[in-house]
Amino acid sequence: MSVNELVQWDATRLADALRSGVVSSEEVTRAHLDRIDAVDGPTSGPNASGVHAFLHVDHEGALARARQIDADRAAGADLGPLAGIPVGVKDVLTTKGLPTTAGSRMLEGWVPPYDATVVRELHAAGLVVLGKTNMDEFAMGSTTEHSAYGVTRNPWDPTRIPGGSGGGSAAALAAFEAPLTIGSDTGGSIRQPAAVTGTVGVKPTYGAVSRYGLIALASSLDQAGPCARTVMDTALLHAVIAGHDPYDSTSLPDAVPDVVGAARQGATGDLAGVRIGVVRELSGEGYEPGVVARFEESLAEFRAAGAEVVELSLPNIVHALAAYYLILPSEASSNLAKFDGMRYGLRVVPEGGNVTAETVMRATRAAGFGDEAKRRIILGTYALSAGYYDAYYGSAQKVRTLVQRDFAAAFADVDVLVSPTAPTVAYELGEKLDDPLAMYAGDVATIPANLAGLPGMSLPAGLSDGLPVGLQILAPQRADDRLYRVGAALEARLVDKWGGPLLAKVPAWQGVSA
Amino acid sequence: MSAISRSEVEHLARLARIDMSDEELDRMAGQLDAVLDAVAAVAKVATDDVPATSHPVPLTNVTRPDVVRPGLTAAEALAGAPAAEDGRFRVPMILGEEA
Repeated sequence: MSVNELVQWDATRLADALRSGVVSSEEVTRAHLDRIDAVDGPTSGPNASGVHAFLHVDHEGALARARQIDADRAAGADLGPLAGIPVGVKDVLTTKGLPTTAGSRMLEGWVPPYDATVVRELHAAGLVVLGKTNMDEFAMGSTTEHSAYGVTRNPWDPTRIPGGSGGGSAAALAAFEAPLTIGSDTGGSIRQPAAVTGTVGVKPTYGAVSRYGLIALASSLDQAGPCARTVMDTALLHAVIAGHDPYDSTSLPDAVPDVVGAARQGATGDLAGVRIGVVRELSGEGYEPGVVARFEESLAEFRAAGAEVVELSLPNIVHALAAYYLILPSEASSNLAKFDGMRYGLRVVPEGGNVTAETVMRATRAAGFGDEAKRRIILGTYALSAGYYDAYYGSAQKVRTLVQRDFAAAFADVDVLVSPTAPTVAYELGEKLDDPLAMYAGDVATIPANLAGLPGMSLPAGLSDGLPVGLQILAPQRADDRLYRVGAALEARLVDKWGGPLLAKVPAWQGVSA
Repeated sequence: MSAISRSEVEHLARLARIDMSDEELDRMAGQLDAVLDAVAAVAKVATDDVPATSHPVPLTNVTRPDVVRPGLTAAEALAGAPAAEDGRFRVPMILGEEA
């Protein structure tokens, strides 16, 4: 088979081929590294046209790891279902011996002395880490334009955003540079990039996946999760990274729901007995007609699958965006205080004047943080300051309670809730760069799940003007398996209707045939 | 009326230990004012009878067994330091800043 063929296979098919010995992990890994070399760069200079999904590619480490897995398999070792399959890891997770920047100048050249628990789980399951994927600085942004290392381009149209903050993890999938990637989702950073790139992404229940080694943005909202091109692949990766971690005091002690079994059950396309709620406040005004049309078609598929679809209202959800943009900056201003130029990362010594710890901190943070990070640090510092705390941060926490109550009431009536993942398809790079409020508004449908700690999935619902539209599914806390059952059923029906996966329609990238 | 003034932003930048140029302060003040204007509505919905939620999944008294286990070596901990000396982080002057 050709190299181009291997990179088009999803993880489930690669796993079968690896198990039966049709291909080796070394071949699969080399095919993806070659693909990365062909389409990922360069991003600056006159020929800046690459996807730029990766900030760091570990050619030698990945190949060595792949050969080790091949040797283990040949020796009859008991390997996990995804052993030997390549994976990209968002640069917000620490990787021992591999540079980790979180998309910031603050951590340029930093090599962590330890692995995040998620990365340790990937290694333990035999996955092959290809490298680190691009992101908005410290996961703040919805476009990946706020990476200090240059934008990531949407494989559907290189002039458009790949979403964010995990634009690299999503674009790597859509450009066939990796069959699996890890993302993190604080307000939609897994789901919105999945939506605008025609891929699948899941934000698990808060605490379902360890945050140890996940560079913190907003600790009460952050959640790492799986990204892939199919619902089943996403479930397989979810099963690898989820589970209790004694190194994370917010990690759930519960058993991981059977997400793979749920995906398998859903793939039959039958949803008889399932009640699906349509959130009235998350559609209509502010949502593009093409997005609404694909969403309505998905609802018709749910009904055809035997599900009961009802509309319901979550009145306080309209305040979620405002509450989020107070809670997130408040927690971020506190979490980012550790970047002070003292123990690791950047240190800038100001020229002239008295060089003290404080002047070094101020100069370091001025040079190390980009605009969006600075905006949110200042906003959070304001919202937490005496005299404003009650009106801003305190009120936002109360709204969080109201949003949680709305969800609790809704889930007493339905099994899952659905909405479009984002109000628009991918917009042009630069379009909202100087208008942070307009960018924030794109998170309106994803943010409520983070405030309430709910699991959420985005999966492809079709195209609008040639660009992907995502459908979001939300479930109660700890019921992540419902996402996979309902998602797999919709996917099975839509792929059947389309005559193949949506990503078969992604334009060939820069003359390199997909 | 603007929610936040340029001089307030300057003060906040000082509290957050970020040097900002005049141009940056001008731009930031305008943008933050628009953001605060948009988020201020939370105060109207949040009435006194609503309790605050700080965490989506409350867990209490999370502990793990208190046993000695390997951690980072001093060399590993210092590997990313901007400056180190004698097995310690070397930092700029902290005390006697007026001297």
